[in-house]
Amino acid sequence: MKSTMFDLVKNCFILTICLLCFGSRFALATYPEPDGKKLYDLHCSACHGENGRGGVGVPLALPDFLNTASDQYLQKTIRLGRPGRIMPAFTSLRNEQISAIVQFIHTWSDTTPTQYPETPVQGDRHKGAQLYSKHCAACHGNNGEGGHGTGVTYSRPRDLPIIAPALRNAGFLAAASDQMIKATLIKGRKNTPMPSFLKQGLVEKDINDLVSYIRSFEKTVQQGRDKPVEQQAKPTLVYESSYSFEETVENLKGAAIGANFRIIREQYFNEGLAEPGKEDKQKKIVYFCNFNTLNQALAIDSRVGLFLPCRITVVKHKGKVLVMSINPKLLSNFFNNSELDRLCQQMYETYLAILEETTL
Amino acid sequence: MIVSLFYKCKTYRRKFWFAAISILLIVLSTSPVHADDLIMVRSTQAFPEAMTNLQHTIINRGYQLIRVQRVDIGLTASGFKTDKYRLVFFGDKYMVEELPNKYPELIPYLPLKIVIYAEEDQTLILGMNPVNLEKYYPDNPELARAFNQWKKDLESILHEAQKDED
Ligand code: HEC
Ligand code: HEC
Repeated sequence: MKSTMFDLVKNCFILTICLLCFGSRFALATYPEPDGKKLYDLHCSACHGENGRGGVGVPLALPDFLNTASDQYLQKTIRLGRPGRIMPAFTSLRNEQISAIVQFIHTWSDTTPTQYPETPVQGDRHKGAQLYSKHCAACHGNNGEGGHGTGVTYSRPRDLPIIAPALRNAGFLAAASDQMIKATLIKGRKNTPMPSFLKQGLVEKDINDLVSYIRSFEKTVQQGRDKPVEQQAKPTLVYESSYSFEETVENLKGAAIGANFRIIREQYFNEGLAEPGKEDKQKKIVYFCNFNTLNQALAIDSRVGLFLPCRITVVKHKGKVLVMSINPKLLSNFFNNSELDRLCQQMYETYLAILEETTL
Repeated sequence: MIVSLFYKCKTYRRKFWFAAISILLIVLSTSPVHADDLIMVRSTQAFPEAMTNLQHTIINRGYQLIRVQRVDIGLTASGFKTDKYRLVFFGDKYMVEELPNKYPELIPYLPLKIVIYAEEDQTLILGMNPVNLEKYYPDNPELARAFNQWKKDLESILHEAQKDED
């Protein structure tokens, strides 16, 4: 008995030593020097373009941006993202990885990264508010919520070649220091719609007032983003129909047309997978679309086609006829885009109305 | 190295502990990066090549290509500069026939799909991370396994499709 205990303790001891040695080896093996370009390609290029030209995200490879953006600004922007403005928060990248990405971004410009003193800019935010309405609101939104859509308008029809970012945004405000905002207003960003406001005739005092006003957004900004959907919400909307399967499909089409949609396709659920003629006749998908809503949605966020056109499925399961759709409210959570939230809410109500009408 | 150390453990008990703890370590050190809600990549290929490439990678992953759907034929008419915007549906019998009979409320999310669209001379490709659905089915190892497998497959399909084919 004694010796068994002893053995056990000894073994554990030896193993702990082994593990400590190995642990550090593992740490080294799994955490090699991070490769900034690789990380950028993996996490950023889909939105900001492989060379930083922009896309769903704003351009990053702009000399005027890179010589006003401090490393701290870039690091914090990556870490915190822009809640509600598509740019995700990269919470699980390690600091070294984020630094490597920032290093890589700097290779697009030969300027050295700027550093700003921490001193806050003193100005009159009430005057700033007036200047803001006059000079900024047209692009950045009346309340600093940003322009409609985001990034560069490669394929989407919108008013500006680059959409102005949100300024009343927890991510932006936490990342940008007063001095950096000031420098941005003084310089502007060449080759974007954002002008230099010194050249536009404002004086330094006006710019200080504007910076104070933007800083005051902090008081009203939402930290993080309200997750629009309660966690217990169901991912699927399901209604039971008291009609036969065929009647229910007909009802559904009628209800969709009644709600101003065009039926664009009707198919068995496993069509394309099952041999032709041998599809499961108890599961049917009806696709419908309203081109206006579709185009509106795509202009806001080109990724949203992932959940379009609209689709409702009728299924006979254990003797019951079920009518179901995805829960569009859930989608809000995936896109980090507050403009889309309204649309998702609308889509949610539309789906509910059609499901109800179908099973009434 | 690990293997040789394993053999140096003289007793079975030591071998057991060594193996157990090594496994634990490996598991801990390779814990998942992070659960993106959407998985999105940029291909530097133009749309037609990227599309062909994507379809190959889906099939190479052991899935059946089910259908390619145009999201809106009238995109350019409404101001979009491209009509190259497609949904690609893919799946297998387990995803589209077995699981749905057991869990009909998954049907609206199936078969899995990928959006592919042109952005000037390049192409964006994205899908929803199926693991998003996991939290709605707590304590369901079968679905957890399926969602995680789909996520892995989706990721490798997208990353494979992102590479230029020679
Ligand atoms: C004509 C449209 C337009 C006007 C007017 C305008 N901006 Fe901008 N602004 C932009 C765009 C577009 C960008 C993004 C440029 C880029 O791609 O880097 C921008 C960027 C910025 C940024 C950097 C934000 C960030 O996340 O990078 C700040 C700060 C800013 N603007 C403040 C202002 C203020 C304050 C005013 C008014 C004094 C103003 N802008 C007026 C279009 C405009
Ligand atoms: C899903 C798309 C998306 C991804 C992925 C993404 N971004 Fe962004 N990013 C955006 C958008 C959109 C904005 C502008 C937000 C706005 O309009 O308010 C932005 C803004 C930024 C800004 C502020 C730019 C400025 O002019 O001040 C930086 C810096 C940035 N992103 C860097 C990155 C880096 C680095 C990565 C990868 C680690 C990344 N982003 C990943 C979409 C994305």
